[in-house]
Amino acid sequence: MSDISKQLQEQILQARQSGTKLDIRGGGSKRFMGREAIGRPLEVGRHRGIVSYEPVELVLTARAGTPLEEISAVLDEHGQMLSFEPPLYSGRATLGGTLACNQSGPGRPWWGSVRDQVLGIRLINGLGDELRFGGQVMKNVAGYDVSRLQAGAMGTLGLITEVSLKVLPKPAETLTLVTEAGMAEAVQLMNARAGEPKPLSAACWLDGRLYLRLSGARTAVDATVRQWGGELLADDQAFWQALRDQRLDFFESEAPLWRFSIRSSAEPLPLDGDWLIDWGGAQRWYRGDADRERIEQLAAAAGGQATLFRGGDRLGEVMPAQAPALKLIQQRLKKAFDPDGLFNPGRLYSWM
Amino acid sequence: MSNLNNARKAQLAERFRRFIDPEYVISDDETLRPYECDGLSMYCERPMLVVLPETVEQVQEVLRICHREQVPVVARGAGTGLCAGAMPHAEGVVLSLAKFNRILEIDPLARSARVQPGVRNLAISEAAAEFGLYYGPDPSSQIACTIGGNVAENSGGVHCLKYGLTVHNILSVEMLTVEGERVQIGGEGLDSVGMDLLALMTGSEGLLGIVTEVRVKLLPTPERARVVMAGFDNVQTAGDAVGGIIAAGIIPGGLEMMDTHAIQAAEDFARAGYPRDARALLLCEVDGTAEEVQEHIETVETLFGQLGATSVRTSHDEAERALLWKGRKSAFPAVGRISPDYYCMDGTIPRGQLAHVLTEMERMSEHYGLRVANVFHAGDGNLHPLILFDANVPGEFEKTEEFGARILELCVEVGGCITGEHGVGIEKIRQMPVQFNDQELSQFHAIKAAFDPQGTLNPGKGVPTLRRCQEYRSIESTPEAVGA
Ligand SMILES: Cc1cc2nc3c(=O)[nH]c(=O)nc-3n(C[C@H](O)[C@H](O)[C@H](O)COP(=O)(O)OP(=O)(O)OC[C@H]3O[C@@H](n4cnc5c(N)ncnc54)[C@H](O)[C@@H]3O)c2cc1C
Repeated sequence: MSDISKQLQEQILQARQSGTKLDIRGGGSKRFMGREAIGRPLEVGRHRGIVSYEPVELVLTARAGTPLEEISAVLDEHGQMLSFEPPLYSGRATLGGTLACNQSGPGRPWWGSVRDQVLGIRLINGLGDELRFGGQVMKNVAGYDVSRLQAGAMGTLGLITEVSLKVLPKPAETLTLVTEAGMAEAVQLMNARAGEPKPLSAACWLDGRLYLRLSGARTAVDATVRQWGGELLADDQAFWQALRDQRLDFFESEAPLWRFSIRSSAEPLPLDGDWLIDWGGAQRWYRGDADRERIEQLAAAAGGQATLFRGGDRLGEVMPAQAPALKLIQQRLKKAFDPDGLFNPGRLYSWM
Repeated sequence: MSNLNNARKAQLAERFRRFIDPEYVISDDETLRPYECDGLSMYCERPMLVVLPETVEQVQEVLRICHREQVPVVARGAGTGLCAGAMPHAEGVVLSLAKFNRILEIDPLARSARVQPGVRNLAISEAAAEFGLYYGPDPSSQIACTIGGNVAENSGGVHCLKYGLTVHNILSVEMLTVEGERVQIGGEGLDSVGMDLLALMTGSEGLLGIVTEVRVKLLPTPERARVVMAGFDNVQTAGDAVGGIIAAGIIPGGLEMMDTHAIQAAEDFARAGYPRDARALLLCEVDGTAEEVQEHIETVETLFGQLGATSVRTSHDEAERALLWKGRKSAFPAVGRISPDYYCMDGTIPRGQLAHVLTEMERMSEHYGLRVANVFHAGDGNLHPLILFDANVPGEFEKTEEFGARILELCVEVGGCITGEHGVGIEKIRQMPVQFNDQELSQFHAIKAAFDPQGTLNPGKGVPTLRRCQEYRSIESTPEAVGA
């Protein structure tokens, strides 16, 4: 539990004066994401601790370096949870890094992403000013939504020092149904099921099996299990946690790992390699050697994008190419927050 | 208008008429009049011109010309906004998106709809109904307000505690930059890489770009919904009961509170059977599968009983549910009947502060000699005090505004904010420096400049200039003002 925001601010001001680039580090659990980091380490891991938590208000505020595991443990005591099910990455994942990389787990299509649940932040920008945006209330439309803008920015707009989040009660019951299905059939089925008003909370396909998780009131979950049918998965929690943390065998290979964020109902993409489908079809993991151009084309045709998530060449671009107008907006916004380009240079794109 | 301005106006109108149906380039005073204000009619301005283009290419051309000539552009949806966000600029063009009213595509399997910005909020749910789907956010103005306006204000509704605000329910927007460049933000997937521009655009009040298309998420229509109405003889008890429901692990579809003035007005208007003697009324809607609703309704009824409700009534069919909601949904017009005018505020507070805030408001109400009725999105702490006044009494609106400003300052003081869903516009620009310091406001200006360096998109709205902030702060700190 310590507040080192003044020291962090000091380090940023010094870096600005000396023209030093900064490499923001929380728990170091996501070093493999984005392009290779350069710059002097700016360690946020010691800036940690829960600042406030009001269970009946459904709001928690914590310093950016707080490990998610610590937060989850406290929420658990009150029957609540981080509904976006972030990957914990062996306990090293911090709140700030999770927001910066917009990391959410299997429940994301139904319970929202970390970006959805963020209510407010404190941020030190490239001028060294510590700023507060949003707040600790559910609704706040005063000023631009700078808090959610950080999601996915990978620290390029500034140092997030504190985050306020909406938390949710844990569901009373959770059960998982498994059925055999081919990839195309599974995509069809998971989308059809998601269109029914039932307590679906995760839908994944792997190795010829479709996993549907149901969470909610006991009676509702039980009734849906009877209606839908399928085999109940024993120890289902372990399965979803392993999926969340990217610890399933699927993730254990050296081949480059691509992440597709596309239309949930898109037909299976014709790429040779291994596939894992999550988020009811909207997030798909691909391990294989298909070339980048083809991958990007297929992703665009399926209404979305693909990212080189892990492995492969981390010196080249790992994010999808940006349209010129979009690139310009991002470059200008970067300047608006970090005029000297101090934070995480080149981590997101080579050109920013 | 000076001769110079008249000449400029005639020249611009003539240029627009070359590519827009001349009928849809409005320049005469009489036809301009309906565009003078939005839903906050106390703020009025006659625009130079109004244009109603019919294609995106026409909008692009309007923007290019205005950009070159440095003419202010104010986007307009249905004009139901409550912060004077769509109020025209005297030397500017109102860009109405009213002609963009087509639903372009519904994808039932992927559960999304691609719509033009002028499509009415309710029209989306109506069109999706045949697939058993609907669009989540349901502002009370949903018959009239447009999805473009909803995106610009990040609008909410009575169901947003469970289903989220506009920002949680859209997948992508197509927008035009101030230069008229087309940009696609977001996609059909649930997220895009890089900084979240979709979130930045949502709630940006027409200051960063013009939204020309929106892809919204659609949700499966719940099997059942039932509402429990509970009366309380004290506001604090009612506020605690809201906390009690949430502590029991239930997230209701809607959780609304009304105070005694609002109960009276709504009951006179809607005859919904509200307990007239109650000091506070809660409406708690539970939706989901039939089993879930059954289970949770029983819990809610029991909890309300244990937590001090003086009366509890549960809807048994759709007609009764509609009736119980009718009072709440017509609260604004109902209050409109008991007073010549009313002024709707929109602060948010941590729920635990409710009793304190209402007591303070009661005190201010006496101080200003103005009545106030409260409706409250209790689940998410969004308070709508309605200040009753008579615009025909000289000075009464000014007094009302001052009272309103004090309420918003109180919201910030207790850890809340000045607007939960209506936006800043012109109306709350004076309260922005209460919530944000100069460095934060500078950051907002830098964001604005990244999109619109000349500042011609909806100028004068959303973020106050720093010089004006200093003026407000010095006025605020004069002794008379503090006494209020
Ligand atoms: C009776 C009543 C009840 C209401 N209830 C609610 C409620 O429950 N919840 C809630 O959140 N709000 C509510 N409102 C407020 C209002 O309806 C919302 O703010 C709504 O989203 C405004 O939509 P509109 O189409 O009328 O937009 P307008 O009023 O026309 O414009 C609003 C703002 O959006 C900008 N804008 C409009 N279209 C575009 C576009 N295409 N691109 C860029 N900018 C654009 C305008 O410049 C302006 O700043 C209520 C209003 C009334 C009158």
